[in-house]
Amino acid sequence: MTATVADAPAAPAPSAPIPAKRWGASIALGVIALISLVIFGLGTPTGSSTTFVVARNTDFVHLPTYTAPSRLAAIVLSVLALALAGWAAYRANQHRKVGVWLPVVYGMAIMGALLTWAGAGRDATSIQLTGLLTSSLFLAVPLVFGALAGTLCERSGIINIAIEGQLLAGAFLAALVGSMAGNAYVGLIAAPVAGALVGLLLAIFATKYWVNQIVVGVVLNMLVVGLTSFFFSTVMTENGDLNQALGMARLPIPLLSSIPIIGPVLFNQNLLVYILYVVVAAMQIMLFKSRWGLRVRAVGEHPKAADTVGIKVNRTRVRNTVLGGAIAGLGGAFFTVASGLAFGKEMTSGKGYIALAAMILGRWSPRGALAAALLFGFADALRAQLGTIGSPIPSQFLAMFPYIATIFAVAGLVGHARPPASEGIPYKK
Amino acid sequence: MKLELRGITKRFGDFTANDRIDLLVEPGTVHALLGENGAGKSTLMNVLFGLYDADEGEVLLDDSPVVFDGPGDAMAAGIGMVHQHFMLVHPFTVAENVMLGHEDVRGPAKLLDLDAARTKVREISDRFNFNVDPDAVIEDLPVGAQQRVEIIKALSRDASILILDEPTAVLTPQETDELLGIVKDLRDAGTSVVLITHKLREVQAVADTITVIRRGKVVGTAEPTASQEELASLMVGRAVSMRVDKTAAQPGETMLTVEGLTVVDDAEIVQLDGVSFEVKAGEILAIAGVQGNGQTELTEALIGVVAADAGSAILDGDVITGKSIKDVLFSGIGFVPEDRTEDGIVASMTIANNLILDVHDQAPYAKGFALQPKAIADEARKHVEQFDVRATSIEQTAGSLSGGNQQKVVLARELSRPLKLLIASNPTRGLDVGSIEFVHKRIVAERDAGAAVIIVSAELDEVVALADRIAVMYHGRIVGIVPPDTDRDTLGLMMAGAHQEEVA
Repeated sequence: MTATVADAPAAPAPSAPIPAKRWGASIALGVIALISLVIFGLGTPTGSSTTFVVARNTDFVHLPTYTAPSRLAAIVLSVLALALAGWAAYRANQHRKVGVWLPVVYGMAIMGALLTWAGAGRDATSIQLTGLLTSSLFLAVPLVFGALAGTLCERSGIINIAIEGQLLAGAFLAALVGSMAGNAYVGLIAAPVAGALVGLLLAIFATKYWVNQIVVGVVLNMLVVGLTSFFFSTVMTENGDLNQALGMARLPIPLLSSIPIIGPVLFNQNLLVYILYVVVAAMQIMLFKSRWGLRVRAVGEHPKAADTVGIKVNRTRVRNTVLGGAIAGLGGAFFTVASGLAFGKEMTSGKGYIALAAMILGRWSPRGALAAALLFGFADALRAQLGTIGSPIPSQFLAMFPYIATIFAVAGLVGHARPPASEGIPYKK
Repeated sequence: MKLELRGITKRFGDFTANDRIDLLVEPGTVHALLGENGAGKSTLMNVLFGLYDADEGEVLLDDSPVVFDGPGDAMAAGIGMVHQHFMLVHPFTVAENVMLGHEDVRGPAKLLDLDAARTKVREISDRFNFNVDPDAVIEDLPVGAQQRVEIIKALSRDASILILDEPTAVLTPQETDELLGIVKDLRDAGTSVVLITHKLREVQAVADTITVIRRGKVVGTAEPTASQEELASLMVGRAVSMRVDKTAAQPGETMLTVEGLTVVDDAEIVQLDGVSFEVKAGEILAIAGVQGNGQTELTEALIGVVAADAGSAILDGDVITGKSIKDVLFSGIGFVPEDRTEDGIVASMTIANNLILDVHDQAPYAKGFALQPKAIADEARKHVEQFDVRATSIEQTAGSLSGGNQQKVVLARELSRPLKLLIASNPTRGLDVGSIEFVHKRIVAERDAGAAVIIVSAELDEVVALADRIAVMYHGRIVGIVPPDTDRDTLGLMMAGAHQEEVA
């Protein structure tokens, strides 16, 4: 009925007040795309070319190395970004939101233009496209797990700032237990336990003592940094066997891993990455299609409504926070056993906070969190790649790149994303 | 099902909200629980529904005692409740809200069976002509429809006793009539209905039995044939006049001119949409409308709490839009905010300090950096006396006063400046009848002293009683300005968005 009223041109507004148009985000996108066009596109000398290596020599299917005219490639990528900005403006004009895919594709286009510009005319080196994508995915792993943890907690109404601490705790315990057992996979099992314990502390303080959840989260992060640093410099330093660099082998999936480009990127990874696929898919379905998910979301939006239909609010919140902690802890295993590294002091270096940003950019959905984390992973991988090919940009600035991308993504592109209505508010009867 | 409450007592600290209350609800009847705000009606129902534990007393269903450990138990026993503040999850659809807590599921992963929920919603909606779409999202629905969703929620759980807590507070008069019709249909279908209200008109329209509660105690029962005056005096404990004594207005010069005032909120939704009107000195303009149609934004934009995005307001020749709140107030505006505990007083501060909040930096209450306690206390004592604030001391915190006395503190402060314009937003919400009379008298007195007055009220009775002219707001616009003797049906239609000409 509403639709027919809305279609009639002269009819007054049918029901709820109309949201005013939002131009800010699309204008910002357009301006950045224009800057990219001028600097990376027109700023690239004509005649130079950038070499993209698509497949590794070891791959089953051999693809030729592709050399593109740099200027043209950078211009095309910038124009693509500009077109996406135009699409965002068109949607804003229709009072409609854009999906998470837009900022992600947009970000990759801009970064691609940057990459082409940086690689222009460097005949000695080439851009390892497959390698870039593979490391994007790999670097996104802790971000995805962290963002999923945040999503699980916030959907039930608990703000989880302690993702950083949960990642670090997971990394630490994975290294310790894995080293004791001499097996990386045992470490992988231990990691979620550490994260869950941090989550349990958060849940108890948030639901039983009604402490400000952001304060508790920050304190827990400090606590984990302190504890792990202490054990690192005492127990682990005295006995090197307790902190070994273990590794997890890549497990190429037969056939699938032979697909050009996608195969080596998606299906020639280690076990943790495959677990990630399963967790993202399962959470997406469970959160939005299952009874559990409906109840969790109700608790995060309107806990009293959930209570009046017999759902135990605080029990749900505690369970979700512990489960979220476990997932973040599992993501922590990335830093040690899944990367073949020993534990190092504060080795998560702020990834937990970027995961939080990925959760917001992904609008509190597992699918969105994955897309957003991939964008940040790509930024991180790009930094490494630019470092190798020797870009004209100082390395310190490159190191800032993912964080600048984070700020832009959260401030500009998300706009008024709506978090669960009751997050951060303790439920008191 | 027969419901009986025996000797229910519920205390909050020293305060006894329910004092040995007995109540008997016969099957298939509408039982009205009548009482003023704060009389303990909602507390009683929350005890019954398992949200609070009673300190004493027992609940019997069909003569056998039951104990509810939570709302889940109460619902399983066949009791449904529609809360005053709806318990609906806004981003969810109707079907999702209805199924929440007793979902039909499929498979080992317990995936939701939305089709089953949709069918259930349609079936109940059709049976009572609710006209509710199971796939509509709650936040897109008007309040009346949300309330029907709440009723569907209760009925889908096979409630044989339905408790409606102040169900008409947020409805237009037409929606109220529809709801009362639904209540009758439900009763005829065999459901017992407990109707909690302080509105006499509704009680007379549908109730089979009436129990009146005052200050946590049952003070009597009445037949639905009892007159409004009888019911009111039973509810308040003394004879009350249902009218406001006031003479005809003597409008003078135009005091306030509002032109195209527009407010867009943080979510970029247009809340106030090009509102224009005038108020003359010595008249009361009452703004009627269902809550949330831009009234709050209008009053807040006038005094500058929210910035106007377009348009202007001119008070006695001076443009007040764009000025600081302090300048606006001291150019001669008194403001009684709609939420007195949030915006009217600072609950943790003393009555004396609350009374000088607006002038705390001026002589004689301050000299340099220092407050002058003696001058403040003298002023406070004067106001407390004048406005009959019932307090043990002016050093008592304002938060410890009753609602009526808090409102008197707000009025005393706001009326102490020389006023050209008084803006009062729901000035009697939640007050007892005695305080309501007092507040109304002061407002009329302010008018008679020559101030222009704007009253915003969600209670049509109050609007009609006080107004010299009535402006009706809908979706951020004024749909019409009508004389106070306009009939309720017309006002009701206007509150639902119909223009004056269409109605007439």
